[in-house]
Amino acid sequence: MTNSIDNKALYAYLLRLADSSLTMGQRLAEWCGHGPYLEEDVALTNVSLDMIGHANIFYQMAAELSDEAQTADELAFLRDAHQYRNPIITELPKGDFAFTMMKQYFMDTFNFFLYEGLSQSSHEPLALAAQKALMEVKYHLKRSETWLERLSLSTEEASKRIQKALDDLWFYTPELFETDATMNKLFQQGVIGDYGELKKKWDSHVQAHMNHCELNLPETGWVATGGLEGEHSEHLGYMLAEMQFLQRAYPNSQW
Amino acid sequence: MSELKLYEVFIRAKSGLNHRHVGSLHASDAQMALLNARDVYTRRKEGVSIWVVEAEHVTASNPEQEHEWFDPAEDKVYRHPTFYPLDKEVENM
Repeated sequence: MTNSIDNKALYAYLLRLADSSLTMGQRLAEWCGHGPYLEEDVALTNVSLDMIGHANIFYQMAAELSDEAQTADELAFLRDAHQYRNPIITELPKGDFAFTMMKQYFMDTFNFFLYEGLSQSSHEPLALAAQKALMEVKYHLKRSETWLERLSLSTEEASKRIQKALDDLWFYTPELFETDATMNKLFQQGVIGDYGELKKKWDSHVQAHMNHCELNLPETGWVATGGLEGEHSEHLGYMLAEMQFLQRAYPNSQW
Repeated sequence: MSELKLYEVFIRAKSGLNHRHVGSLHASDAQMALLNARDVYTRRKEGVSIWVVEAEHVTASNPEQEHEWFDPAEDKVYRHPTFYPLDKEVENM
């Protein structure tokens, strides 16, 4: 089975997974020293490191498939914004705590069902990586789920901010479920799950939690798209400039 | 921050051992205290189980009474089980 897998398609897909996790991890890391209080500061950066860890695994798998003998570090630190394949939602500036938590909740729910599906992948290394990531994502989801509840059902200020975060982020979520020809190929080979099914699970889970939290989904808005083809918001370039600075200024430096 | 409560954290290092007090943290409710304790106190694999207790629910002895409470035990050596010989066969005592 493994031999019949389209390596190019798998490489592109692994970059999508890795880029999503890395950009999420990097944005969370920006909270380091800026968390609302010490305990939450530690928790946010813990999750950040988990996500960078997932990215590292997927980059390493991609590097092994690459023809040009790339390393995981090169994939993370030497590609430009237009080569990144993450959905736009993951690169958005961290915003306030409500914005970060709402984004985290959307991504945790997405990653939960995504990795649950990938745990059954016909490509064994991917199945194992997904199983490992899933364990951590379960905890991430527990955290963001309870934070949403806590913020939306507490003070007026908190519920106003979390509703605003929902309004601002909601139309970035459809992009998570976009697929292209290479992904369809992988789906046919049993390497990845059905993104239509993934969307159904995500929708029903998120809707139920929003109802529980007494939050209202916005009805209309501009729907984000483009990340899969490397078309990003202006924010990604600035983020990469900071994240990649050291490796570009001092090539091959290690610490 | 002022609205957060103080929680005491207890960790069981591994199955079979007692939960031991490791420190405290701030949280708005017990659930958050548990999640924060996991991140603050078990990130280097320090434990397999966590208890959190709201600090105000702990009834503590008065530090000012330390001497009258605890010093009297000092000269009562007969309370230690050291005044009888142990059979050689008993290894783990």
